[in-house]
Amino acid sequence: MDNFKPRILVAKPGLDGHDRGVKVVARALRDAGMEVIYTGLRQTPEMIVEAALQEDVDGIGLSILSGAHMPLMARIMELIAEHGMTDVPIFLGGIIPDEDISRLNEMGVAGVFGPGTNMDKITAFVWEQVRTRA
Amino acid sequence: MPLNDLIRRTRQGQPRAIARLITRIENGAAAAEIIPRIYAATGRAHVIGVTGAPGSGKSSLVNELAKALRRRDYKVGIVAVDPSSPFTGGALLGDRVRMQDLSGDKGIFIRSLASRGNLGGLSEATAAVVKVLDAAGFDTILVETVGAGQAEVSIASAAHTTLVIEAPGMGDDVQSIKAGILEIADVLVVNKADRPGAARTVRSLKMMLQLGQAMPVNHHGRSLQTTAVSPNGMENDNFWQTPVLETVAIDGTGIEALLDVVLAHKAHLQATDGWLKQEKIRSRREVEQLLHARFMEQFQTAVSQNDREQLITAIANRETDPYTAVAAIFAQINE
Repeated sequence: MDNFKPRILVAKPGLDGHDRGVKVVARALRDAGMEVIYTGLRQTPEMIVEAALQEDVDGIGLSILSGAHMPLMARIMELIAEHGMTDVPIFLGGIIPDEDISRLNEMGVAGVFGPGTNMDKITAFVWEQVRTRA
Repeated sequence: MPLNDLIRRTRQGQPRAIARLITRIENGAAAAEIIPRIYAATGRAHVIGVTGAPGSGKSSLVNELAKALRRRDYKVGIVAVDPSSPFTGGALLGDRVRMQDLSGDKGIFIRSLASRGNLGGLSEATAAVVKVLDAAGFDTILVETVGAGQAEVSIASAAHTTLVIEAPGMGDDVQSIKAGILEIADVLVVNKADRPGAARTVRSLKMMLQLGQAMPVNHHGRSLQTTAVSPNGMENDNFWQTPVLETVAIDGTGIEALLDVVLAHKAHLQATDGWLKQEKIRSRREVEQLLHARFMEQFQTAVSQNDREQLITAIANRETDPYTAVAAIFAQINE
C-alpha cells in the first residue's frame, strides 16, 4: 500500500509495575519510523487483544518481568487465535528463563528478548516481521 | 477480505472489519473507493471534538465523557490523534493509557491515529475514519486532537460540537482574548479545577466571552454596552452562548454537567439550522482538501521529480522566485 506504516501495540500484561524497559523499546520503535500504540501498565490479556484488534496492529510487543509469562502468554495466544489474529507477530521482552523460550516459540511467540538486548536488534527484528504486511 | 464483505461487516458493527477498513483508508487511496459506498449511511452520529494544550487532560476527559455517554446508552466511537515525528515518521500513540476503563465494553471502539505530517491537529484520514465509525452505527464520536497550541483549529470544521480544554495557570488575561483556538469553542472546559488558579482561569475566559457579545459589562461601576460580534456569523437569535465549565477529569467531577451541556448544544444545532450549517462547513472543507490533494497529484505527474528538484534549487539560488515558478508549472499543466 502507498503509505504503509507498521503499527505496533506495546503493552505490559500482568501486575509488575516496572515500565522503564518497555518505554525504551517503544521509543526505539518510534525512532525506527513505526507507529507505536502504547497502552501502559497492568493490562489483562483481554485488554491487550481488544486493543490489538481495534487498532488493527501489525505486531504486538509485550514486557513481562513478574515471572507469570507462561500463563499470561497462554491466555493471550488463546484470545489471539479466537479472534483470528494468528498472522500478527508477537514478541516478548523481560525476565524469561532460557528453558521457557522454546515453549513460548511453540505457542507462537515470534521472538524473545532478554535484558541488555541491543535496540537495533529488536527494531531490525520487528521490521523483518512486519515487512511482508505492507 | 474483499472490500464488499468488509463494508457489509462494518455496517453490522463488527470490530475487526471496522479496524481493517480504517487501516485501508489510512494507508492508501482506498478512501475514494470506500467513502462513496458508505456515505449515504453517515451523518447520523454526533461528532464531538476535544482539543486543548498537551497535558490539559483531553484523554482523561474523553475517557470520562465516554463512560457518561455509555451510562445514557449511547454507543461511542473514539478517534485519538497524536503527532508523528517530522524526522522519522514514527509516532508514539499514548491516548489509550488514559482510557483503560473503557476496555471490555462492546459499545465502545477506540482508534489511535498518527497525524502523519498533517497540520491543524488532525490527520488527513480523520474525516474518513469518523465516517466509518458513523456508518458502523456509533451514536457519538469523540475526536481527540493532538495537543494543540494556538492555531490548531481544523477540528472546528470536522466536529458538530467543539470542546476546548484549558488547565489553570496557563497565561494571563491577554492570552484569553487572542484569536485562534478559544474562538472555536462551543463549550469551554477548565479541567483540573481542583488546582490553584482555576477560579481565575474561569473568570478570564468568561470575560473574553462577554467582550464578544452584546451585553452590558460592568466597568468602574458603570454599565457599558459592547458591540455584538457573532463568532460563527450566526444570526443572533440562533446564538449559542458558549458556557465555561469546571471539571476534574481524574475523579469524574463535573462530567455529568458537561455532558448535559454537550447534549444541549446538539439539541440547539438541531433546533436551529446550525446542524446543516456545520455539515456544509465540513463538506466545503472536505471538497477543498480533496481538490488540493488532486491538484498536487496532477502537479507531481506533470512535472518529473527531476524537474521539481531543479526548480526548487533554482528558487533557493534566487535564479527564479516561487510565484514565477508556479505560473510556469500551471502553464505546463494547462498545455
